[in-house]
This record gives sequence, C-alpha cells and structure tokens, in this order.
Amino acid sequence: MGVQKTALYDLHKSLGAKFVPFAGYEMPIQYRDGIVKEHISTRTHAGFFDVSHMGQFFLEGDETLEEALEKIIPSDLKSLKLNHSKYSFLLNDNGGIIDDLIVTKTNKGFCIILNAACKENDIKHISKFLDKNHNYFLNNDLSLIALQGPKSVDILEKLIPGVSELKFMTGNNFSYDSESLYITRSGYTGEDGFEISISNKKVKNLIDFLIKNGVKPIGLGARDTLRLEAGLCLYGHDLNEKINPIEANLKWAIAKKRKETGGFNGWNKIKNLLTNGSEKIRVGIKPEGKVIARENTKIYSSNGEEIGFVTSGTFGPSVNRPVAMGYIKSEFSEIGTQIQLEVRGKKHGGKVSELPFYKKSYVK
Amino acid sequence: MSEKKFSKKHEWVSLEGDIATVGITKHATEMLGDIVFVEVPDAGKSIEKEGQAAVVESTKAASDVYSPISGEVTEGNKAIADDPGSVNGDPEGASWFFKLKIKDKGELDSLMSKDEYDKFCKENPN
Repeated sequence: MGVQKTALYDLHKSLGAKFVPFAGYEMPIQYRDGIVKEHISTRTHAGFFDVSHMGQFFLEGDETLEEALEKIIPSDLKSLKLNHSKYSFLLNDNGGIIDDLIVTKTNKGFCIILNAACKENDIKHISKFLDKNHNYFLNNDLSLIALQGPKSVDILEKLIPGVSELKFMTGNNFSYDSESLYITRSGYTGEDGFEISISNKKVKNLIDFLIKNGVKPIGLGARDTLRLEAGLCLYGHDLNEKINPIEANLKWAIAKKRKETGGFNGWNKIKNLLTNGSEKIRVGIKPEGKVIARENTKIYSSNGEEIGFVTSGTFGPSVNRPVAMGYIKSEFSEIGTQIQLEVRGKKHGGKVSELPFYKKSYVK
Repeated sequence: MSEKKFSKKHEWVSLEGDIATVGITKHATEMLGDIVFVEVPDAGKSIEKEGQAAVVESTKAASDVYSPISGEVTEGNKAIADDPGSVNGDPEGASWFFKLKIKDKGELDSLMSKDEYDKFCKENPN
C-alpha cells in the first residue's frame, strides 16, 4: 500500500504545510506559522486540525453488540446514552492497551474513533468478538476535522446553529450544505472544541468557512505540544500493548460498574492491580531549567537508582517550560518527588508533577 | 571579520585574527522551526573539526551542532542559552553559538562560500 493522503492534501499544500509520513499518511507537521504560533493561536483563538487519518469505525447490531464489545472495552456500554461519548481502550488478554479510543453511542450501535496507526489491527481484533448479528465498517468516505480553542463555539455556531448546546463528550447529527454531519464536543488539546465528521466532498467548504473566520490550520507538531500540556496520552509512546490502564494512570476511564463486575479482557490482572496497585505508573514530569527530557530519557531517584523512563517530552509553549510524561516506580510517584533526568549523558534535576500541566475547564 | 564560510551541516564560521565565531545558518533555523533549547560549550573545551560542539532543540527534536573548524572554545554565547527563541531571530548575527581559538586556518578552505552554500541548500532542500 502506497502513502495515503487525506481529502485536504492539496489544501494543506496551498497553506504552506510541511508534510511528514505518519501512520501511512502524508500529514502536515506544521504550516507557515510554525509549531509555537500554531499552539498559541489554538489556546487563544481557534485552530483546525485535519485528523482524517484516524479511523471512523461504525458498528451496528442488536442488543448482543454491547455484550460483545464490553469484552474488550471496559466502558459501561449498556448504560451509555444516545450521542454520549466515552474515552476508553481496547484491551488484550493481559489487560494491555491495544489502542485508546473514543466510543459514541449512535442510533444503530456505536461509532469508535481509532488511532490511524492501529486501525487495521484494531478492526481485526474487534471482529473476533463479533458475530453474524453485527455489522461493522470503516468509513473512508468521511473526513474528521477537529476545531479547537476558545472561539470554536462562536465560529461553528454561525455556520451550524445548535452546536453551542452540545455538552462536553456528547454529540449529535446536524445539517450543513444539504448534507447530514455528525459533531461531538470533544478534542485532544485541553481546550473547548468540536470534532466534525463530514463527507470528503464537503470538507473543503467547511475549511474555507473556518479560514474566512480566522481559524488557523494546525499541524501534528502543535497537536503534540497541546495534548502533552493537557496531560493526554499518545498511543505508541505513552501507551502500548504492554501497558495496562492502571499503570497508565487511566483507571478513571474504566467504568465504575465494570471495576466491580469485570468481564473484560485482562480482568484478573486489572482486578489485582486495582486492589494492590501497580509497580510502575505514568506521571507528569517537570524538568528543572530549560532542558528537554524527550522520549526514552532515563529517570533516576535522587539517590541515583534508575526508576523509570520518559515516554513523551517537549517544550510547552503555553506553560513556557519543558514538560514530560513517563513511567516511574510507584513508590516515587508522589507529586513533588525530586528526580534526575539523564539527557545526553548528564543528569538534570526534575520533579514529579501533577497532570495536566495546562488547565482549562470544559463546557459541562 | 572575514567573510562567512559555511558547512554542509549548516554551520557558519567567520574569522577575526585567530578567533573563529560559529553559529547555525538561517536555513538551518528554518528547517528546525521554533528553537526552544540551546546548549553551548564552556570555555576551555577542545573541539575537533566536525566534532559535536553544541545542541539545539526545536519543539520537534534535538540536533547536534558541529564545529566546522578545530580549536579551543573561548566563549559560549550564554545569551542564546537563556533565550533560545532569539536564535530564530538573528541566527547569522547576534545569535552566534561559540567562539574558538583556532589551530589551522587552512581548515577553512574545505568550507563553502555563501554562493556555494545557497546552491547546496537548493540542491539539498531537506
């Protein structure tokens, strides 16, 4: 399979995008403004992100569909209300995270947004748990646009009246340009905003409107600095198949009912970890000074014992300091614990920090 | 100061007596994007031609800065370590990286002139 392009490839090019290969797609890493300006304009105004490389996976079926999906997704899907979304994961037999995802209850079943790099493998995995009463398909005719930032709601409301009434992590069908489209109030930046599922044919019109209203294009570079400031995980870096939700400090994403009753992949392991805690856990890290502790930086205790490693690290433009996340032995995970970070052979000081680094309130 | 000479690794050097000033080129800063961290060498450090001398990091990644000429460091530019973003503003002027007392002026002969460097960048856009 050759390199794939999203429906907006030519538009990105005309906006001065620099492309990088990402999960089999040519994706914009940044535009003319560069990562820091793109980051700041998302936080202070609004930005749009083409995330059409992500999988929009639809499942339909009778009441047995929820039962089937709950074996691999530790959400309370049976109680999930129509048009409500949850952050969750696909789990393997050991409770390891195959992918992290957003699942939304639809009229006919569920829509699951999957990471681009994982989507083919995810679908193979999910399909093993389905039977003839269930239909599933990856919809490649749809683009996915994230509109993020404090001005998002006023701008989108002008084009699509009613979106301002959506609460965080809910969605609905709207009509635009004589076509139905699905919008959720969600995102991956720590800002208020929307994710808009729209046909490949109409997506350019939507983007033209956003640009006319002062919304800047934002590349994968700023998407990464935004999500890291917001303390959100990036699959393949902060999460992988060998890490379970307890270690990832994501037990909040396992539904309360499911923590009591289990019945999902890896339950025995996760039940044990819920009671006894895990050996290592994901934490936020603030390096001292300006040094950037990037992925794979080794973490040492103040006594020089190796106690963990960094999984994501960059400079946070809004917090104006370096920020990182990583896994650390649980006994060192208390907020404020002094640690050392080995960067280019030298040890630099740092502290275990709370997440997120950047706080914003969502519309609830 | 002598006319600037340029390396294939996108450093520039200019000479005044036996003191060379080294920095990274405008082209390099455009490729790197927003610079958020700089580490410059301390005075007294000996560096060989093409040896690792400094570090520059953008939001995206860390890159080594090599010295286009051998010598002993007389000064690292602390101002850019304190304000890394300034490198994007004036990379070939105030935002030099370090100064060296050089051993062999002849090492400059292998470097490119401004015109040669511009041509090199056009032929090697990435």
